[in-house]
Order: sequence, then structure tokens, then C-alpha cells
Amino acid sequence: MQNFEFVRPTSVADAVAALKGDEAQPMSGGQTLMPTMKARLAAPEILVSLTAIDEMKGVRKDGDQIWIGGGTTHATVARETAESYPALSSLAGRIGDPSVRSRGTIGGSIANNDPSACYPAGALGSGATIVTDRREIAADDFFQGMFMSALDEGEIVTAVKFPVPQKAIYQKFIQPASRFPLTAVFVAHFGDTVRVAVTGASSDGVFRWTEAEEALQGNFSADAVSGLSVSAAMMISDLHGSGAYRAQLTKVMTQRAVAALA
Amino acid sequence: MNSIKLRVNGKEVTGQVEGRTLLVDFLRKDLRLTGTHVGCDTTQCGACVVHVNGEPVKACAMLAAEADGAEVATIEGQANADGSLSVVQQAFQDHHGLQCGFCTPGMVMAATALLKENPKPSEAEIREYLDGNICRCTGYHNIVKSIMAASGQDVPAMAAE
Ligand SMILES: Cc1cc2nc3c(=O)[nH]c(=O)nc-3n(C[C@H](O)[C@H](O)[C@H](O)COP(=O)(O)OP(=O)(O)OC[C@H]3O[C@@H](n4cnc5c(N)ncnc54)[C@H](O)[C@@H]3O)c2cc1C
Ligand code: FES
Ligand code: FES
Repeated sequence: MQNFEFVRPTSVADAVAALKGDEAQPMSGGQTLMPTMKARLAAPEILVSLTAIDEMKGVRKDGDQIWIGGGTTHATVARETAESYPALSSLAGRIGDPSVRSRGTIGGSIANNDPSACYPAGALGSGATIVTDRREIAADDFFQGMFMSALDEGEIVTAVKFPVPQKAIYQKFIQPASRFPLTAVFVAHFGDTVRVAVTGASSDGVFRWTEAEEALQGNFSADAVSGLSVSAAMMISDLHGSGAYRAQLTKVMTQRAVAALA
Repeated sequence: MNSIKLRVNGKEVTGQVEGRTLLVDFLRKDLRLTGTHVGCDTTQCGACVVHVNGEPVKACAMLAAEADGAEVATIEGQANADGSLSVVQQAFQDHHGLQCGFCTPGMVMAATALLKENPKPSEAEIREYLDGNICRCTGYHNIVKSIMAASGQDVPAMAAE
């Protein structure tokens, strides 16, 4: 790993100022960035650690939403949303392994927008709001393709706000070697609307399967999507599974999710 | 260079580290605590698991500078004050939970973290918790048995594989 200057500010304002430096990059849990730097795919000159910023940590009620600080670890989210939002707790509690969950954060995962990451599906499926140091962005506008997001240079995810659906579930078909999803689906039922977010499948990253949402709105049953199909054209195809396989998994995992909730 | 001050196995230590120094290298090279192993260096194998502020962490995926002010526990600090093995360590010995021993420090640290959080885990919970700890030798079964035994549960009651 190339060396860098290490700074560890204690406020969002100081972190934003430090990120104005040349070749500066933020780091939260480092569970993605550290391996990336070791492989020399990233080589910041200034590494701005976000782990000492208390105002970016914690889980609390914010009106009828749940506010989760961007620096909150997966383990803490799993523990502290177990009652208020069980589907999100279950998503967080199945990311990677316990050591990854002790360090990795929701802000890091959302900002990174890995096409196979879990939180982007949770945030998009819930219709969450991404809060940064300078604005609020709806999840629908935030995720912009594989490893791409609406974040500007030096912009930090300080929190994510989740509306709580009437019922929701995260169905993760695991790729056992990486422990990431091969394909996973987050289904949320808000009474009048249904949202279906899919991760691990598309080479455009997380997406909403709108045909399934429309079908489920009128008839919330696994049968409602049995006639639908997902195009394999944009699907990720690799040694773990072809595009056609992932397209099929998208449907099967959606059906399993609905069957478990209906 | 960054000055750091932390507690390792209950003792206060200080150090001067580069930004890029990994916690595992600080432990192994600066403090000569070589019980924490490096199996992969790609955050996959769990041989480097230590506890930071009571939680399991892969020491190859954390900077030493991030541990400033933290309480770190390694395998060297697990034995009892009189030198006898901890309950988890003793169970690994009694139930052949290790062969070459390379993964063992990480396994013991992971198991100890699990039992603190969940004192009587089921076999399935143990296997799930060890998702991030890879063993090339044992086939895991005796590791799971060791952890069942360390939690005071009946080992023969476990299904044979
Ligand atoms: C073995 C293993 C298994 C894993 N399994 C899964 C899995 O099943 N599902 C899953 O979703 N993920 C998985 N991950 C990834 C893990 O969840 C990471 O923790 C997460 O993707 C990134 O969070 P982090 O806090 O570690 O971010 P970091 O690694 O610190 O940062 C990631 C990127 O985001 C930027 N960044 C960090 N924080 C912020 C912020 N607050 N604002 C703006 N930019 C920021 C960094 O500059 C960097 O580019 C796994 C990782 C490992 C090592
Ligand atoms: S050496 Fe840290 S996970 Fe393998
Ligand atoms: S005992 Fe040899 S790797 Fe586990």
C-alpha cells in the first residue's frame, strides 16, 4: 500500500475541509477501501478517517422515519433496528461476516454503490433519503450505476433516513465465497405502494423492478410476478452465474420475498 | 508519522506508525505479538481477528492509527492470570479444534467474541458466526464441537457428519 497522510477529524465540518486537500479520500470502516488500496486500485495522498465523528453515529427515531448516522457500523444497525425495522436489521446482520460488520458502515456501503452490495437495495427498496454534508438526496436519484452515485467530489454521506414500511423483507441469495449477494431482492409493502429493489444482478447496479411493483400493487402474491420476466441483456455475467441465471434469480427471489410476506 | 497510544491485552502501549501501517503489522512487528496471523491479507480468511473495544475485527483491514485510544485484545492475552488456558482455548485442545494451528488464533478470538454475545449458541449459529474464518485443515467440525463444549453444551448431542 502506498503511504499517505492520515487525518482523523472529529466533526463533519473538519472532515469536509480536510477533503479539499489534493488527492484526499474519506475512509469509514475500510472494509472495501483497505483491500482496494492494498491492490493499488486506490492511492490517496491524504486519507481522511471518518471513524471519530460522533455526529455521524447512531440510530434514532426522526418523526416516522429512522435516522441512521453514516458512520454507524453494520453490527450496530443490526442490533439497534431489530425492533424498529426488522428487515433492515436482518439485511445489516447478514453482510459479510461478524468482523466485517464490526467495522463496515452504512455510509461507506451507500457511497461505494457496489453493484452487489446489500444496503443500496435496502435504501432503494425503502425509498430512503441519503443525507450528506450539503443536501438530501432521494435514493431514487442517488444510485447512478455501478460504483456511481450522485455524490460530488469530497461530499460525505452523513446519514440515511428510512421510512418504515408496513412489512418488508430482504431475500439474499449468497455467493458463498465472497459472502456478497449473487442476487438479492428487497421488497417493501407500504399499504398503497410496493417497492422492489434488486442488487447483485444488473451491470447498472441496484435497480427497481417496476413491472413487479405494479403487478404486486394490485395483487400481493407470488403468483402476480410469475408471468413477468426480467431481461438478461443488462445482467452481470461472470463465472458465478450467467446473465440469464441472474435474471431468473431476480424473479425467484422476488417471489420468495412476497411469499414470505403475504 | 502518527503517534498512537492504546491498550493491548490490558497494558498501555505507545507507538509511532506510518499512515499505512496495518494494525496487524503494528502488533506483530512493533510489539512482537506474533500470535495474530496473516493468512490472506485480502480480508477473507480471519486468521488476523483480534478484538477492538470488545468487537471482533480483522487486524489486516484496520490501520494502526485507527486504533489510537482503543482497547485491543489478542490471542496472547486470552490465557488466565495463572497461565492456564482460557475456557475456549482449553476446549480447542480437548476437542481437537486445531491441526496446523494457523487459523486458531483467529478462530479462538472469533469464538470468544461469539460467546460473549451469545453464551449458548446453537450449532447453526456457531457455523454462521465463523463465516469469515477459514481453516484449511480441520473441516470445521471439531472447531464447532470445541465451541459447543466451551459454552457448556453437550458435544456428543451434536450430529456427526
Ligand atoms: C469479506 C467481506 C465480505 C463482505 N460482504 C458484503 C456483503 O455481503 N454485502 C455488502 O453489502 N457488503 C459486503 N462487504 C462490504 C462491506 O459491507 C463494506 O463495509 C462496505 O461496502 C463499505 O463500507 P466501509 O465503511 O467499510 O467503507 P470504506 O471501505 O471505508 O469506503 C468505501 C468507499 O466509500 C467511500 N466512503 C466511505 N465512507 C464514506 C462516507 N461516509 N461518505 C462518502 N464516501 C464514503 C470511501 O472513500 C471508499 O471509496 C464485504 C466486505 C468484505 C471484506
Ligand atoms: S489476514 Fe486478515 S483476513 Fe486474512
Ligand atoms: S488448523 Fe490448520 S488452518 Fe485451521
